[in-house]
Amino acid sequence: MATAETLVTTAFAKDTVIDCRLNSLHYGSFQAVRDSHVPVHKGHITGFIGPSGCGKSSVLRCFNRTNDLIPGFNFDGQVLFEGCDIYAADIDPVAIRRFIGMVFQQPNPFAMSIFDNVAFGLKINRYKGDIAARVEEALRQAALWDEVKDKLKRSGLSLSGGQQQRLCIARAIATSPTVLLMDEPCSALDPIATQRIEELMLELKERYTIALVTHNMQQARRVADNTAFMGVDIAGGRRTGYLVEFGSTDQVFEDPREALTREYLRGKFS
Amino acid sequence: MNVAPKAGAFDRGAITRSWRRRHTFTSSLLTLLTWLVALLACVPLFSVLYMLIVKGGARLSFAVFTELPPVAFEPGGGFGNAIVGTGVMVGIAALLSVPVGILIAVYLAEFGRSSRIARVARFCIKTLTGMPSILAGVFAYAAVVLVTGGYSAPAGGVALALLMLPTVVLTAEESLRMVPQAMREAAYGIGCTPTQAVLRVVLPTAAPGALTGIMLAVARASGETAPLLFTALFSDYWINQLGTIELMEPTASLAVLIYNYSGMPFENQIELAWAASLVLVILVMLANGAGRLLGRNRTGMQ
Repeated sequence: MATAETLVTTAFAKDTVIDCRLNSLHYGSFQAVRDSHVPVHKGHITGFIGPSGCGKSSVLRCFNRTNDLIPGFNFDGQVLFEGCDIYAADIDPVAIRRFIGMVFQQPNPFAMSIFDNVAFGLKINRYKGDIAARVEEALRQAALWDEVKDKLKRSGLSLSGGQQQRLCIARAIATSPTVLLMDEPCSALDPIATQRIEELMLELKERYTIALVTHNMQQARRVADNTAFMGVDIAGGRRTGYLVEFGSTDQVFEDPREALTREYLRGKFS
Repeated sequence: MNVAPKAGAFDRGAITRSWRRRHTFTSSLLTLLTWLVALLACVPLFSVLYMLIVKGGARLSFAVFTELPPVAFEPGGGFGNAIVGTGVMVGIAALLSVPVGILIAVYLAEFGRSSRIARVARFCIKTLTGMPSILAGVFAYAAVVLVTGGYSAPAGGVALALLMLPTVVLTAEESLRMVPQAMREAAYGIGCTPTQAVLRVVLPTAAPGALTGIMLAVARASGETAPLLFTALFSDYWINQLGTIELMEPTASLAVLIYNYSGMPFENQIELAWAASLVLVILVMLANGAGRLLGRNRTGMQ
């Protein structure tokens, strides 16, 4: 099994924006994830794959402290964002989320107009510039502008699922986050919408660092630069996830170091 | 007409529909029964409406909305002051119960969901739902009338607020809980503080449902009689006398007017009571309708 040391040596000579040093993650008395040390590199897409229940979403949600909203959540370890531990006592989780944006599994636009959905984050962050221009820019970057430019006043919920998800991406990138966390952003979408989002991710990585959780191995293969493969221990009906292997996507898929990764990629279990 | 083949030990019978089959007969009978009972549910409202239109409709005129109640043996007159009084007292009640109720609901649904205080508060509110309305009147009599030294519109408002509060809290809490967790995550995800998340995302999303509850509470409060007998009493005069609004005086209301006049031996007053009943029912129905209209899924909440 890969230890923390081997992981660090396999990390490439790139800037690490987020360095996740998770030792243990509990929900109440239930240990959901253990021993998962993963770096997220600047300008790269880092994919998290693994069977259901392996805690890949839980790990991602640590990166901007979204897990804080869950009662009983308990984190042991560090998440270094640009060298600063975001779980340190003197950190304001609200401020962290303004640097690290998130796109969720289910498209979740607010029950307000398309324009207001994107402008919302700007207003929250007291954006001083031209809000309308920034909204347009974000919608363009999210490849949604041409489809919605004539109906910006319509409800965000009137859009199709794929459009809603791109609206959520526009909302997240409007505030120019450093990192974009994407938690299975395509799992509720059809194949065509999925393809659009994947193309979009490849465009967005020019500007933003992306961490992507996906249950679709091929998606990780297509878009991720680095891939973290997580496994799960099932003991007494309780599932505890852990990192099995981390490396460049090519290496993890072509030449996995761990037998468990090889079996998973061959479809022996899911 | 045995169509289906027999398979093994089963005797499934024909696949054609027949009234002689027991389950077909039972199903139809029960369906008919539920249909009849549903129809029966409409009977009380429509018979009340019919009666009120027949008995009160004739007396309904522009004058009843603009004139003061008549004294004994005086012809004509109206109950304009009672309509205004009901409006004022229900307004006071809403001003008291809505902000407090919404804040309680926010605590129950958002911040203290399963805390001990929330459990106790929820139990108290639910108990309050079943409290006889006359007790709200007695309470407001002791707490407001005795303290301020007289019957008044605010005293009536407090009594009505007490009755509105549980409806407001419980419906607002319910609609706050209906807001998908994903909405909250989205709000926090782009850097909202808890205050911003609740004020700008969760509450607006829950607003239609909460408004329905408020309108239902208003509708209920405007028909209450017992609490007002102890607190606002009645008045034969307008609430604004000589150019000033006299809130701290006994105040007229439709419900109490109906109660008073229906027992009087004068034809004119009894007719007015019928007309006032019709007006009250129409007002309550309008409030209910407004509640439904506001509660419709305009925002497309998932």
